[in-house]
Amino acid sequence: MQWETVIGLEIHTQLTTNSKIFSGASTRFGAEPNTQACLVDLGFPGVLPVLNEAVVRKAILFGTAVEAEIARRSVFARKNYFYPDLPKGYQISQYELPIVGPCHVDILLENGETKRIGVTRAHLEEDAGKSLHEDFHGYTGIDLNRAGTPLLEIVSEPDMRSAKEAVAYAKKIHQIVTYLGICDGNMQEGSFRMDANVSVCPRGEEKFGTRTELKNLNSFRFLEKAVNFEVERQIDVLESGGEVIQETRLYDPSKDETRSMRTKEEANDYRYFPDPDLLPLVIEESFIEETVKSMPELPEARRSRFEQEYGLSAYDADVLTATRQQADYYEIVVQEAGDAKLAANWMMVELFGALNRASLHLEESPIAAEALGGLVKRIADSTISGKIAKSVFEEMWESGKGADEIIEAKGLRQITDSGAIEAIVDEVLAENAAQVENYRNADPKKQPKMLGFFVGQVMKKSQGKANPKQVNELLRAKLSG
Amino acid sequence: MDELHRKSIAELSAGLAEKAFSSVELTRHFLARIRDLDSGLNSVITVAEKEALLQAGAADERIQKGEAGPLTGIPLLHKDIFCTKGVRTSCGSFMLDNFISPYDATVVERLAAAGMVMLGKTNMDEFAMGSSNETSHYGPVKNPWDTERVPGGSSGGSAAAVAARLAPAATGTDTGGSIRQPAALCGITGLKPTYGRVSRYGMIAFASSLDQAGPMARSADDCAWLLSAMAGFDERDSTSVERPVDDYPGALEQPVKGLRIGVVKEFFETGLDKDVAASMEQAMEELKRFGAELVEVSLPHSEYSVAAYYVVAPAECSSNLARFDGVRFGHRCEDPKDLEDLYKRSRAEGFGAEVKRRIMIGTYALSAGYYDAYYLKAQQVRQIIAQDFRDAFAQADVLLGPASPDVAFRLGEKASDPVSMYLSDIYTIAVNLAGLPALSMPAPRVKGLPVGLQLIGNYFDEGRLLGVAHQLQKATDWHLQTPEAFS
Repeated sequence: MQWETVIGLEIHTQLTTNSKIFSGASTRFGAEPNTQACLVDLGFPGVLPVLNEAVVRKAILFGTAVEAEIARRSVFARKNYFYPDLPKGYQISQYELPIVGPCHVDILLENGETKRIGVTRAHLEEDAGKSLHEDFHGYTGIDLNRAGTPLLEIVSEPDMRSAKEAVAYAKKIHQIVTYLGICDGNMQEGSFRMDANVSVCPRGEEKFGTRTELKNLNSFRFLEKAVNFEVERQIDVLESGGEVIQETRLYDPSKDETRSMRTKEEANDYRYFPDPDLLPLVIEESFIEETVKSMPELPEARRSRFEQEYGLSAYDADVLTATRQQADYYEIVVQEAGDAKLAANWMMVELFGALNRASLHLEESPIAAEALGGLVKRIADSTISGKIAKSVFEEMWESGKGADEIIEAKGLRQITDSGAIEAIVDEVLAENAAQVENYRNADPKKQPKMLGFFVGQVMKKSQGKANPKQVNELLRAKLSG
Repeated sequence: MDELHRKSIAELSAGLAEKAFSSVELTRHFLARIRDLDSGLNSVITVAEKEALLQAGAADERIQKGEAGPLTGIPLLHKDIFCTKGVRTSCGSFMLDNFISPYDATVVERLAAAGMVMLGKTNMDEFAMGSSNETSHYGPVKNPWDTERVPGGSSGGSAAAVAARLAPAATGTDTGGSIRQPAALCGITGLKPTYGRVSRYGMIAFASSLDQAGPMARSADDCAWLLSAMAGFDERDSTSVERPVDDYPGALEQPVKGLRIGVVKEFFETGLDKDVAASMEQAMEELKRFGAELVEVSLPHSEYSVAAYYVVAPAECSSNLARFDGVRFGHRCEDPKDLEDLYKRSRAEGFGAEVKRRIMIGTYALSAGYYDAYYLKAQQVRQIIAQDFRDAFAQADVLLGPASPDVAFRLGEKASDPVSMYLSDIYTIAVNLAGLPALSMPAPRVKGLPVGLQLIGNYFDEGRLLGVAHQLQKATDWHLQTPEAFS
């Protein structure tokens, strides 16, 4: 039988605010356990939540970027369940009336086609704390630093039909939220976490199969592997005559498998109801207008601007705008260097190559955007040749020094003085009288190839510093004369 | 000095200003009364003698320096539902018997900033769930008028203490009548402000959409001074209202003449004791004498208020009380064998029967498949009841009725019949559902026991309510009567 895979994603994006969604405590990552939880986060008797305005602005930016309806009135609800890292015994979330309504995003498939993925909603909620089961000798450690950290949960329609599509969609959402600057996108630190709802059904069947939910996938690779494993597992179950059970499953990257966490029967009845401690969130038109004024340029707009403004190919523009960091980096390089195409080449070939070899992210690059721009500028203005530039780049990478500093210290400045170059050319011609004779007697069609010998000799004599263009011109003139 | 507990707040304030006595003397006087007289009442859970004397000393310094306000140096008791830094906050529950709050509730903070001296914390129904003060972990409070009878609840300790003159005033909270019903049964004046007028921050939540703190004292005059200090926007409570606080003491002398007072028809129909009805008549005659116009108004849907309340309040409490899980504070069972055991035993041991009953009712009402039929329906009833009040206020400036269907009942009389207990709040609950302000003040006593006259105002009309009550109190002595043993 042919099986069809159906996938929907719930993505939890942690919003980049200084303080928590309902308290003034800091959201900084990596602090000592329980040092960033105030009485509100700890759920002490009598404390009350107060909504952080910055969180609302970020949700509005997202909703506007994906052209969704921003609810003028949304409601915070309590999701009730007991767990030690949930101090109040309920999570404040949005249920019936979320802040961001239905919309869609387009993803690019491998065959080059575009596919539209529906986004059901996006809602604001608070994160829970962390339970630490290791190192406590049979006890569980509770760290409530993360409790109350603001999240925007983005829920998709079950529109994806393969793990690859799911990854493309997740990357697209990642790109949008990081471009907007509402989420740092850091997956290791849990700033961007995905839950996948996966089911399979016979191809052509309209009714979807029973789904399972894969929780807390924190990398695109794990998302792909977990979905692929789960699809295989479900097909195996169905083909051997079994039934898929609706349940929550965890993906174990070390074993590359998913395993059951809890079944529907064990699932909580969350008893959602509007949180009486928070009034409905009413958003004025003027608040939205003011918020979207700070809307940064979005990936698609930036890509087409890169093509037009910098004359880049569609491919180069696409690569350079893949992340906001890359695009920002590139624009600084251009500003310094002045030559947009050269800047693009140097960033994509030399810089990305070096980062790749060193397994570094762009933000860890030893060469800052301004520095790379400084190097490209020296190629553009003929101070050094491209070849010399590569060695300068290497030294910049190693030492952290600027291009000009290295060029000066090592005397790498290109010789462009025509008198000086002519002197070297004359020397070379004098030293190689036989080759000069051969050249002059040769078939003019073969001459360009023979010219290379003389160019090589001149470059060697100048230690690579003579301007190749001038050398070529001079040699041609002198040899023909 | 022996007379100090018979004085009003205004008189005490004048005495302090004139240095007729000091705040320390005043504080010692009331501490002594609590020590000598409360054993028969059980109205106070925790006496904060050391803290009170320190606060009194500081108040005296303020008075000395001429930096005193009208409440500086005046002692009061806080209901044990308000978090008080460094002093146990039990909420009447074994669950919080060991809980010492690391912070002060906004109400506590504001009254302290006004210079008031906290004598201690008053007894109450467990987590404010009860109408007789019999659900307290610390034992029932006795009514100072007849110690065989209940003081009402849930602010029964505050009402009994003020009635017995163990303190000039106390704070209370009112979710379905918990200020007005005990005020009525103990013969004092208690005001539940408009929802959002007083911050709920630091007040342990029972039913968040209904809870409201208010003053309990001997007179409307005293309440006006207290409310002035308690009321106001608090950025820590999103449901508190950003709106200037009226001049309540200044509103006391507003004339009653020409005021349209709406007599709520339904409050005189079902279940009202005929002697209480007669007491109401006397009060109404008095108002007419002042030139008030009495008109009959109807709240046609008020009969649904108890039913709606006992869905909404338990639903919210089932969620609000989830934080008492034995993990971070409060009671934790001995040697839990796993997480589930920790939760189950800590909560089973920590909560009393009435609290458990309401948690179960509320959990049920919010369950999948029942939410629409119960919680949502009850919220719709709230809207209808609020509309009833809007219609009534189109015809009247203030509404009037009894605060409770009968005088104080006997201890144990209703303890085993929750529904009859719930019905003792039949005239107070609708007000909470609509979020309106209302007060209870003493009307002529019946069979020697206090009766409460309830006045209900439009939103933020506390000043008018206090004014009407004050005018009545100026002309009568109903509020000055004191149980003999405590006079």
